Amino acid sequence: MRGLMMQDRTLNNRELTLLTAIQEGFPLTSRPFQQIGQKVGWSEDEVISGLSDLQNRGIIKRMGVIVRHRELGFKANAMVVWDVPEDQVSRLGKKISQLDFVTLCYHRRRSLPRWPYNLYCMIHGRERDQVLKSIDSLEGYCGMKDIPKQVLFSLRRFKQQGAHYFQPSSKRS
Amino acid sequence: MGYHKQITPLTEDVLSASLSLTVADLALLNAYQKNFPLVSRPYAEIAAGLQLTEEQVIQRLTHLRKVGVVSRIGAVLQTGKAGMSTLAAMEVPVRDLEKVAQIVNSYPEVNHNYEREHALNLWFVVTAADEERLMFVLSEIAEHAGTEVHILPMLDNFHIDLGFPLTQEQDERVDDAGPDFK
Repeated sequence: MRGLMMQDRTLNNRELTLLTAIQEGFPLTSRPFQQIGQKVGWSEDEVISGLSDLQNRGIIKRMGVIVRHRELGFKANAMVVWDVPEDQVSRLGKKISQLDFVTLCYHRRRSLPRWPYNLYCMIHGRERDQVLKSIDSLEGYCGMKDIPKQVLFSLRRFKQQGAHYFQPSSKRS
Repeated sequence: MGYHKQITPLTEDVLSASLSLTVADLALLNAYQKNFPLVSRPYAEIAAGLQLTEEQVIQRLTHLRKVGVVSRIGAVLQTGKAGMSTLAAMEVPVRDLEKVAQIVNSYPEVNHNYEREHALNLWFVVTAADEERLMFVLSEIAEHAGTEVHILPMLDNFHIDLGFPLTQEQDERVDDAGPDFK
């Protein structure tokens, strides 16, 4: 399935080793990078410069505390999807992502005929009504009130963890 | 990066009551969703900025992770730059949903898995080292669940993720002053 992703993978083995070593997070100890280094046979400095390099190249987009929004009281989480003509996706996506309450905004491939939607955004809020008002406001600002859409609030969360890119060869964990 | 989305300060009254978060916790959560110090003793550097000790920072983060407010301290990668990833969705009869969700969860390549309010009710993200493994996992899930899996790969990302904005005014902004723009 060619063209699944836009970017080529640009990581070498050393970078893969480092990303694998940090995929469960940084240890909560005084010298976490030293500890990560011990797992892979690197010095602390090599871990720090490796992470710095991955960040500078844009492969790591941020480092720090990763919070769970539900536990912080943001229980209303809506994925909003629109069926937008392809030549308007980029303009509308950029406009949507200017809005402060939008936490993600993606152009995705459709799955026809069942799923014609190609522009996605995520809106988190404390209450459902507030999220619905935000969506209304977004559509007014972006001129999208007449574009077919769906609003999918999240119900149960079955899993939320960081991406595990690199697995041992076993089929299941 | 053309612009920066600021993480607005979160104040005590909003969350601390229900979550037993301290003022220091809120400061930690607000200040360090990005810019984790790449130094030998990062928690000591964070502590210095917050008038805490290194031990206190480690202890509070350990607590926040234990209660689930914090998922981990770590790196968020740019989608598509490391490995292959896609969103996927399935329509599952409600009575089978738990069972199918467990099948989906059993793959370590699945990092998010949510029930959503729609006929297409199970939504998950699969990330693998390469496309072959990604497609293998998706086809196995379809086979085990006995249901079509809609594969919805990202074509373009319009948003720069700089952390989850913790704002108390978020609820009222739209009503009061129209949308806020970054």
